[in-house]
Amino acid sequence: MAAVHDDHAHGHGHGHEHGHDDHAHGPPKGMMRWLTTTNHKDIGTMYLWFSFSMFLVGGMMAFGIRAELFQPGMQLMTPEFFNSLTTNHGLIMVFGAIMPAFVGFANWQVPMMIGAPDMAFARMNNWSFWLLPPAALLLVAAFFVPGGAGAGGWTFYPPLSVQMGMGMDMMIFAVHILGASSIMGSINIITTILNMRAPGMTLMKMPLFVWTWLITAYLLVLVMPVLAGTVTMLLTDRHFGTNFFNAAGGGDPIMFQHIFWFFGHPEVYIMILPAFGIVSEILPTFSRKPLFGYSSMVYATASIAILSCIVWAHHMFTVGMPVTAQLFFMYATMLIAVPTGVKVFNWTATMWQGSMSFETPMLFAIGFIFLFTIGGFSGVVCAVIPVDIQVQETYYVIAHFHYVLVSGSLFALFGGVYYWLPKWTGHMYDESLGRLHFWLSMVFFNVTFFVQHFLGLAGMPRRVPDYALQFADFNMISSIGAFGFGLSQLVFLAAVVKCIRGGKKAEAKPWDGATTLEWDLPSPAPYHSWVTPPVVK
Amino acid sequence: MSVARANITMMKKLLIVSVAMFGFGFALVPLYEKICEVAGVNNLLKADALTENIKVDTSRWLTVELDANTRGLPWQFKPMQASVRIHPGELVEVMYEVRNNSDREVAGQAIPSYSPQLLAQHLKKLECFCFTRQVLKPNEVRQMPVQFMIEPSLPDDVRVMTISYTFFELSSDSVDTGGKAKPI
Repeated sequence: MAAVHDDHAHGHGHGHEHGHDDHAHGPPKGMMRWLTTTNHKDIGTMYLWFSFSMFLVGGMMAFGIRAELFQPGMQLMTPEFFNSLTTNHGLIMVFGAIMPAFVGFANWQVPMMIGAPDMAFARMNNWSFWLLPPAALLLVAAFFVPGGAGAGGWTFYPPLSVQMGMGMDMMIFAVHILGASSIMGSINIITTILNMRAPGMTLMKMPLFVWTWLITAYLLVLVMPVLAGTVTMLLTDRHFGTNFFNAAGGGDPIMFQHIFWFFGHPEVYIMILPAFGIVSEILPTFSRKPLFGYSSMVYATASIAILSCIVWAHHMFTVGMPVTAQLFFMYATMLIAVPTGVKVFNWTATMWQGSMSFETPMLFAIGFIFLFTIGGFSGVVCAVIPVDIQVQETYYVIAHFHYVLVSGSLFALFGGVYYWLPKWTGHMYDESLGRLHFWLSMVFFNVTFFVQHFLGLAGMPRRVPDYALQFADFNMISSIGAFGFGLSQLVFLAAVVKCIRGGKKAEAKPWDGATTLEWDLPSPAPYHSWVTPPVVK
Repeated sequence: MSVARANITMMKKLLIVSVAMFGFGFALVPLYEKICEVAGVNNLLKADALTENIKVDTSRWLTVELDANTRGLPWQFKPMQASVRIHPGELVEVMYEVRNNSDREVAGQAIPSYSPQLLAQHLKKLECFCFTRQVLKPNEVRQMPVQFMIEPSLPDDVRVMTISYTFFELSSDSVDTGGKAKPI
């Protein structure tokens, strides 16, 4: 291990000197630039494109799911394939699309926002990224092996996950690789934030996006290894004769759920905290007011992170638990609504009496607050044990977590992309395309998912390719919405490509209300930025 | 360079945290069992001790249906009687019969399951073939008892209940990581 560390130190130092020499020439050309790059901006770009392509892959799977559910009866696929689609849609969207997208943002923005020249471990950064494509390949290739891709749900619950074919092994390996990548990325981000801030930038002067990522990275380091351990146990149960989860051998499948959700619940906050950070950057800029209650935002983020580690069993109220434990998890879950409420109130107060303008990033940020709050409320509903027993494994839960993950995390990502595109590309994006993208997404998202609340309350189970006739109308509405939502994302692609290729030249600070450090750099941001650190007053 | 050195120190610390958390994932296994034991849940495979003298409630009749299944092993497994009628608090013994239909030695473990679920809290088992693993020689037939008592604290509205056992095959090289089904 020590040798590796020395190598990193050497590599970093070398890269640094090299950077100085190379300043005028810019990056090397061609494919090798992307394979060998240690530049945080290149790696950030690769993360973002990777996550966008995974978003399209996962989106195609959702397309298949909604096409099958368009009408009752079995139309297009076998039930096994349908289950593979739901399983891998979840897995790819969580680990392939949302998480790498946030890491891409961290790569681009964290060094620029804290006045650091690059990430702390530039080579490890390259490695963290290049682990992702093989993992994605494993996930997709699993569809073509005998037995098909894993079909037991993205949560890997045994006994199904112990019984399935080699597609499940590929899923497990993919999660191992993705986990290793996340842990390395988090170590990098924590070290960068704690050690490489510009002089004068105290912790409590950091932009909120940096704060949320710091806390998220700590959560990742804490829980990703637990997931790695869980799937390792699954693997040894499958192939090496252990009985962690096999009841016949003295194991317990319910224990899997406890260990999995010990990871899984912090994981949902890993996917939303950086989104909080992005929204907390966008709102003050377009309200032309400082963020209301900065320090309470920091403490709220930290409280959410801590509470997220003690509420996992609310995902499994129906598996059989002592009532005392159920009550504990119920109250702890409801407690999370308090710091989350603090955030929503602070955002609203930031906009209050602000001189607001409604460019695309702001539209997505406001859309985020509006829809994420709906998702938050349905979360509190699900936290109530008797209600949860009713809606467990129904479309109500699907509606709930798509409100927090799509109109939460994904909308914040879209807003962040539009917000920082001028800095990244040097061009202004096409405002009318951006607005079109927002309104199409907003409308079709709600058409898709709002009706799923009704389906869930009426008792439609999730992960089933067919349904009773009384669910037909809402399912057709939901499917039409889903097709529309999927196609709307092509507008996003068009807006981004158009912005990269050209457009109005962006000023260094295209948004007059922006205050953070990256706007002091020219647009597009130079390949090596903050080689001499700025001084923060 | 001092920043580089500070970074390496930081990375070492964080790597240690990651490795420790990987270990913590595995430490959750014994922790989970300890918690289950302390909370008194999930001890389906352990003999209960009758500590107090429980009075038989002769005013109530309970029907206990007996069910037997096998999963993936060449055994025939059935209860000697389909159901028994008992009083709460009464100590009863029922017999199950298992036959190895193959010409190889097979080890199996029976896992109990109760319906309704709350029966688990009121069922006291003094003896059961499920407490140990069963090894049957080729074509061996074995009769095995279950000795149990249903506590009078069982709610009045529960009159019919099912005790079900499923035999799973234990491969000879399987490692017991659960710590509950101890081989003889």
